[in-house]
Amino acid sequence: MEEKDVIIIGGGPAGLAAAVELYHKGIKNILVIERENTLGGILRQCIHDGFGLNRFKTTLSGPEYAQRFIDEVEKDNISYMTNTTVLSVGQDKVVTTVGRRGLKTYRAKAVVLAMGCRERTRGALGIPGERPTGVFTAGVAQAYMNLQNTMVGRNIIILGSGDIGMIMARRFTLEGATVKAVFEIQPYPSGLPRNIQQCLNDYGIPLYLSKTVTDIHGNSRLTGITVSDVDKHLNPIPGTEQDLDCDTLILSVGLIPENELSLEAGVELDSRTKGAIVDEYYQTSVDGIFAAGNVLHVHDLVDFVSMEAEKLADSVADYLHNQSLPKATISILPDTNINHTVPQKISGKNSFMLSLRVSKPLQDCVINICQNDKILKTKKITKAIPAQMIQIPIQKEILSDTGSLEVRVTC
Amino acid sequence: MLKNYICIVCPNSCEITAEVENGEILSLTGATCNRGQEYVRQELTNPVRNIASSVLLENGVLPLASVRLSKPIPKDKIFNVMDKIKEIRLNAPVAIGQIVIGNVLGLDSDVIITKNIDAK
Repeated sequence: MEEKDVIIIGGGPAGLAAAVELYHKGIKNILVIERENTLGGILRQCIHDGFGLNRFKTTLSGPEYAQRFIDEVEKDNISYMTNTTVLSVGQDKVVTTVGRRGLKTYRAKAVVLAMGCRERTRGALGIPGERPTGVFTAGVAQAYMNLQNTMVGRNIIILGSGDIGMIMARRFTLEGATVKAVFEIQPYPSGLPRNIQQCLNDYGIPLYLSKTVTDIHGNSRLTGITVSDVDKHLNPIPGTEQDLDCDTLILSVGLIPENELSLEAGVELDSRTKGAIVDEYYQTSVDGIFAAGNVLHVHDLVDFVSMEAEKLADSVADYLHNQSLPKATISILPDTNINHTVPQKISGKNSFMLSLRVSKPLQDCVINICQNDKILKTKKITKAIPAQMIQIPIQKEILSDTGSLEVRVTC
Repeated sequence: MLKNYICIVCPNSCEITAEVENGEILSLTGATCNRGQEYVRQELTNPVRNIASSVLLENGVLPLASVRLSKPIPKDKIFNVMDKIKEIRLNAPVAIGQIVIGNVLGLDSDVIITKNIDAK
């Protein structure tokens, strides 16, 4: 069994950033494992620009952003394997892979989970109706168009106002298709306002809120859908059905961290993020197994994925150096205005970045970070939306060794 | 007259309200940085956008190569530039930054490759 200091599962933005940072920290016996035939992850198909404003202070397309990290990996000769799938990760950090060279097993001192996320599908939504071809998730349509040169349809309707769906609405329009409308079940958009402007408004594509698809029509190819208004519990209202013709339905209805391997390794997940429960070191409930990027919690920007993975790498370096990390005994408890936080617990011994998302749109609010009934830090928010991740840096000087950290919102 | 804008300069997506009279900005609220004012001024006089697409590639490991513009172009020229991009056929390999169409339609912006793609 080959021994590695660190095995990184996934060669997307999180895995690549972790690998490069680990190497710069002097940890060179590392291996990145990627199941696709090239590194870069989802960025390979995200050809629109707008990446890198935080990390590189310039605007890049997805492939260009990924290449900056791939170039570092190549320059430093960091080892990686593509076309290789990880079959299992054990609590003992034994990693079993299958690839062109057959079955291989490694033992690592630390494992970095960087598998990213998957899209929610029609099955996850339970949309009734026929089962014709022509129903795609936004990311699958993006892969068809941007990697395989295959146009998915001509007369398109989009369900869900996630960022990828809106970005694909613009892409379809530029390539000559008609995007009739975007329907969102929530009373507010789920993607960033800038994408509503530059992907929908700019091209005259209407966005309808509080509506969802309640039927799908067509035998071999999709011929149309039924949309209905929803009530405040998001249930369709009978009598509001409207039939619309289309040959393609695109679903942009959310992303779910891909944690099958993590679960098998005994990693405890957070039911809100669907990612691992971690401390400020990004260490999971299993000693020596770490997680960052979209496998941990879905990010709005890749820049934050890279920066999170770089911080993770610093912790992994500490872990390898000291053989263990301080125990995290302080829980972070958000109130109901906050959907989740990452990390979920801390040791209280370090400065850290608190990432969170609000559970509904909020205006003119204050987020208070409290411990033992004392306000440690206050962040004013003029506008907060679930689409945007909020990050609040917390300095170790203000933390006590005991007492839960409460995150309270007052409006 | 009050006009509403969503700033697209960065992901903060500031929602800006501007008081505009005869094309002049009298006052502006909602922008969290200076670029907001610049964005509104640009939107009033000559709205510009960047676009991304892809061009056909012969003999590459992928059938197409992604491209974008080196600089934003006037919004009303987007589909004219798309027509130019659709005419392009390239041979692999291609590399990031390679200029596919220089100064496209005289708009002072280049169509550039955004992905390294090897030959088959």
